[in-house]
Amino acid sequence: MAATGAARVVLRHRLAERGIDRVLLLLVPAVLVLVLLFLYPMLYGVGLSLQPRAGGGVLANYQAFFRDSYQSSTVWKTMRLALPAALVNVGASVPIAYRLRGRFRGRRPLTAILVLPVTLGTVLVADGLLRYLGPKGWFNRVLLDIGLVHEPIRLIYNYWGVLFSLLITGFPFAFLLVLSYMSGIDPTLERAAATLGAGPWQRVRHITLPLLTPGLATTFILAFVLAFSVFPSANLVGEPANETRVMAIAAYQAAFEKYDYSMAATIAVLMGVFELLVIVLVLLWCGRLYTGSTGGKGA
Amino acid sequence: MTVPTPRRAGWRGPYAWIVWGGVAFFLLNLAALILSVVVNSFAVTWFGSWLPSAFTTAWYTDAWREFGLAQVLTVTLLVALAVVGLALLLGVPAAYALARRDFAGKRPVMLLLLLPVLLPPITYGIPLATVLYKFHLAGSMSGVIAANLVPALPFVVLVLTPFIEQIDTNLESAARMCGAGTRQVFTRVLVPLVVPGILAAGILVLVRTVAMFELTFLVSGPDSQTLIVALYSAAFTPGIRAAQAIDAMAVVYTLLSSALLVLALMFVNPTQIVAQVKEVTPE
Repeated sequence: MAATGAARVVLRHRLAERGIDRVLLLLVPAVLVLVLLFLYPMLYGVGLSLQPRAGGGVLANYQAFFRDSYQSSTVWKTMRLALPAALVNVGASVPIAYRLRGRFRGRRPLTAILVLPVTLGTVLVADGLLRYLGPKGWFNRVLLDIGLVHEPIRLIYNYWGVLFSLLITGFPFAFLLVLSYMSGIDPTLERAAATLGAGPWQRVRHITLPLLTPGLATTFILAFVLAFSVFPSANLVGEPANETRVMAIAAYQAAFEKYDYSMAATIAVLMGVFELLVIVLVLLWCGRLYTGSTGGKGA
Repeated sequence: MTVPTPRRAGWRGPYAWIVWGGVAFFLLNLAALILSVVVNSFAVTWFGSWLPSAFTTAWYTDAWREFGLAQVLTVTLLVALAVVGLALLLGVPAAYALARRDFAGKRPVMLLLLLPVLLPPITYGIPLATVLYKFHLAGSMSGVIAANLVPALPFVVLVLTPFIEQIDTNLESAARMCGAGTRQVFTRVLVPLVVPGILAAGILVLVRTVAMFELTFLVSGPDSQTLIVALYSAAFTPGIRAAQAIDAMAVVYTLLSSALLVLALMFVNPTQIVAQVKEVTPE
């Protein structure tokens, strides 16, 4: 009895050295829930996508997706919306956040105003775009009245409407992240550069931007994820039958209009694959660009 | 070389005016966009003129009755609160274990936590909906809560892990020295210290769940729609509802979510959001 008790203690000590002890039991419920509600459905979906409804081999669904240009073009249509939207949102956030770093009067209200559109919700933005940019909307009226155009320009029910909606809903989010990364950079670094004779442009180019790169990559990835799953606005302000038929719409139609859950799972899996591909590319590119540690909070 | 004085950094500089001009243009258009929805929600009719000829508040009472807003709002709040409660109950212990222990197999666990945050909701939403339909859970409140838990739980863990890491382990050791058991250490020492983080994570999850469209849309039934899904369904089937009533509902949604955001901003500062994001990039 004493011998087995001692052996158990030894085992427990050995495991504890590798960080395994009873504290890890706290992790079990959360992991269990995620395995049940996330991992199992994901694997089930992958399995489902490999069992085509019409038969014809394991990969028949994937072949069908890429052979049918109406389906495979959704990849390009999604990228064409998500990439520019994420790029513009992050790119526009940088100079604004750069101006807003440090303390000055009016900083807080301005930040709040720029972040608040996060609460608008896709439907309000979509409705607003339809009213404001429509042929009889205020925007076209102003353009017509000052004589810039002779007939109303078409900005809704096409690519542009969806892009605008992604910019409005995505910008506050990207801006908030970039701003907090920017405020994490130690301002004394820039002053040190200034005393060493660096001009404003040089300070941005050689101090701020390199320190900001990892944060920008993160922000870009999250902004891209947000824009990539565009669904409501592509339906409401876009041309869901043609120009803005994004992958999410294709997956939804396969599942709930054609009841082909196998094909829907295929498109859902491909969506994840293409999105992760972009994320990996960004991380690789960023890893090549960025060497050394920043020491700032933005690292 | 002049060193920039912090007070003026925002308004000066060669490109400052271009930047502020762009911001002003964006905000002007955004304000006009919001205003056109608000004006329309109060308009008797509005077509082809600068402003509607007459105003009314009837659309709000209309929307309230026709869309069954009272029921939809109850469902929205119940779902959001249940998701927050469950995510915290499961997430706080998990975050503690991840913050305090370095164990073999930590990477797969982190990956399991990161993937729901990184993948588009539709990607796992569609298989999840199929699974939930198989088990007859879809179309009910519990199905909606389960689906929304998938992104909420990792979010709580990822926000709280760095937060708990900051708490000195000596405090726990000291409590144990004084004879506190594990449960007492947890309830008397740790939880009070983590309360700001828990509040921040909880409110952010609340905001996100109210705004989460895709997952709720995929698994909800007629009695378990949240506000945003009801709003989308109304907007996507034009002709059935008056456009003004839809706009009135959209205004109600925006008021609700901005109230939540203001509440969130009272407790959360942006650096906490970044602490969560820092975990998201595996270097």
